[in-house]
Amino acid sequence: MTDIETFKAEVRAWLADNCPPEMRLPMNDDEICWGGRDFSFASDAQRDWLHIMAARGWTVPTWQTAYGGAGLNGDQQKILADELKRINARSPLESFGISMLGPALLEFGSEAQKQHYLPKIARGEVRWCQGYSEPNAGSDLASLQTKGVDDGEFFVVSGQKIWTSYANKADWIFCLVRTEPDEPKHKGISFLLFDMKSEGVSTKPIKLISGDSPFCETFFDNVKVPKTQIVGERGQGWSIAKYLLTHEREMIGSSDLLLGGVDVCSHAHEVMKKDKTDQIIDSITRAEIGNFLVDEMAFNAHMQMTKTYMRAGNQLGARSAELKYIGTELNKTRQSLLMSIDGADALISAAKTNRQTAKSSHWLRSKGNSIEGGTSEIMLSILSKAILKLPS
Amino acid sequence: MEILSEDHQMLLDSATGYLAKNQPVSAFRALRDAPTDLGYDPIAYRKMANLGWMGLVLPEKFGGSEFGFRAAGLIAEQLGRNLTATPFLSSAILSATILNEVGGEFLANWGEKIASGEVLVAVAIDETAKHQPNDIQTKATRDGESYLIAGDKNFVVDGIGADRLIVTAMLEGELALFWLDPMETCFANSCCRIEPQQMIDHRNYASFHLENCHPSGAALIAKGEVAQYALDKALCAGRAVVAAEQLGIARECLARSIEYLSTRKQFGVNIGVFQALQHRLAHLYCEIESTASLISMALSAVDENAKNAEVLSHAAKAKAAKTSRLATEEAVQMHGGIGMTDEMDFGLFMKRNRVLTELLGDAAFHMDWLLKNKKI
Repeated sequence: MTDIETFKAEVRAWLADNCPPEMRLPMNDDEICWGGRDFSFASDAQRDWLHIMAARGWTVPTWQTAYGGAGLNGDQQKILADELKRINARSPLESFGISMLGPALLEFGSEAQKQHYLPKIARGEVRWCQGYSEPNAGSDLASLQTKGVDDGEFFVVSGQKIWTSYANKADWIFCLVRTEPDEPKHKGISFLLFDMKSEGVSTKPIKLISGDSPFCETFFDNVKVPKTQIVGERGQGWSIAKYLLTHEREMIGSSDLLLGGVDVCSHAHEVMKKDKTDQIIDSITRAEIGNFLVDEMAFNAHMQMTKTYMRAGNQLGARSAELKYIGTELNKTRQSLLMSIDGADALISAAKTNRQTAKSSHWLRSKGNSIEGGTSEIMLSILSKAILKLPS
Repeated sequence: MEILSEDHQMLLDSATGYLAKNQPVSAFRALRDAPTDLGYDPIAYRKMANLGWMGLVLPEKFGGSEFGFRAAGLIAEQLGRNLTATPFLSSAILSATILNEVGGEFLANWGEKIASGEVLVAVAIDETAKHQPNDIQTKATRDGESYLIAGDKNFVVDGIGADRLIVTAMLEGELALFWLDPMETCFANSCCRIEPQQMIDHRNYASFHLENCHPSGAALIAKGEVAQYALDKALCAGRAVVAAEQLGIARECLARSIEYLSTRKQFGVNIGVFQALQHRLAHLYCEIESTASLISMALSAVDENAKNAEVLSHAAKAKAAKTSRLATEEAVQMHGGIGMTDEMDFGLFMKRNRVLTELLGDAAFHMDWLLKNKKI
């Protein structure tokens, strides 16, 4: 056997022995393992699955072992991912630390920062949130006004963030703060890390049209942040933020949370009325499903091509915007179609059923997909400029 | 974004170079303005055969290169970008694939001749205005050692001047593939007629009226399951290759529109600074990238004889129809009034693309197939 075949056999055998059966069942949103200081596990199996995967470095398989990873190469990572998918294993840990902060720290962090923060992310001990948007800095993010005043050993941070995902549940925040007020807007921002339990930090969940509150307003009132907790140089925050955003967009665009779950075709097959030839009678909805199916297959191919491209060592850069744009627009279509397929059944108030599985919750929530992480319009502007090189 | 193998990259580079120099859009325009029955330049066709394009999917033993369908898609994409008229799909893809699947003496006798461009073989499948390859009215009956074939075929790509024809017909309730020599066997008989079908893209199409067509016994290539398998494989490959040609058209329309938006001035600025236009082209770009990925996967799946090859090729053809329609329409709109003129090439792209959309089934045909396949 080649090395890679041996690896595959080992992975398969290990997963067979160690992945708890409960962790191979389909998962509701409330069964996602987010980790963190105050996280209460939904089951022993969920806790064991996280611990055993983290011990092997497989929550962050490509990170170096010193940072809590397993040092896998691209081919090995794909094998691990394929084998996990093969047994329908749940993700042991969902984490903004893994998908967003980690890559930024690996690229811009000091060695001490990497050794301090990354292993805790890998083990799911610290749950992170992202302090980017402000009430007056949405699409024009670089105009943000939260300030960090130099006070010797500290930056004293004051201001307000908004749309901070799960700020009320996070332990630490990675936060964009204006530390150089006299510099041009893109040059005056620094990237700070601090504990959400610091004095002066408060959060307030925002109730959305879906009834859920995944986002918060986050307030900083003279929060003292040690200067050692800056990533990169002062004023380098915008570069780091942009780098991190490409990872976030890649994640939103390619998320299994978007494209996994309920499959439109199998659901239509299951619930819609058919004629004697096994064909859906509602021919217009059927045509819409056909249209969607072709777009979905094309997007899946696009994602697969992207993964191959990245495994070969290429950076996605601005091209993460195309996945984010197509993936989120497609998800909105998908959720609308699922509503049509279920008809009145999908309209029963989510409060009366299960909010986690209610179609209407997902449909309403999906409307935010093309706003969060950069709107569709911002994505198209990025592509116009960076890829098409249209004049500006 | 696709990472091509070194062989594929070399093939692509040589195709791009050859076509830019010898078969740019202006070459097609010249053909259109001085029309011939063939609709392509026979000398250029021989040259492309010399470059190995006609034998891409044939075995080395029979004069081919075994480069495969992914490689054929790269060529088709460039043919689309340059609007090059050449009997690539008919002879090198559809006919060669059928013979390759059937094997035996037909492949041994004709494979090398197809690959060298010495013989052009066209395939007669369609009978009505819409593609329905499994609803064949053309009938074959046994007549001693021979067969009698009767029926009407249309939309036969490169049917005018083809050296041989592969014809689908029903024989004793089963699909059969027949090998006809249109000159000797068939059209010496005054009961059969071949007529050019002049379509909006100015390429070579024919309709055939077969009556008392009396080929020799050896004219049966295959029947039943073998015939069905060979036809299905050819259609599967053909769909993905046509989709690749449409992708080429879409990419060319996008590239030309970007160029135009970067130079055309109105209101004192390049019109490319306007977001209303930028976003439309960026959206088109995204659609093209998804389409390209799907087509590439479909072609590779055909090469690998993968289980999902058929599903992917139907999806690729449907998606290509949607995206290339968007691309050709956006190109005209972005160019404004000048985009509507015959002097610009967008009409040529739009007309060629519309024919390709219909050829081997339009988007609705393929979506319907995909839905039936999923039992919805």
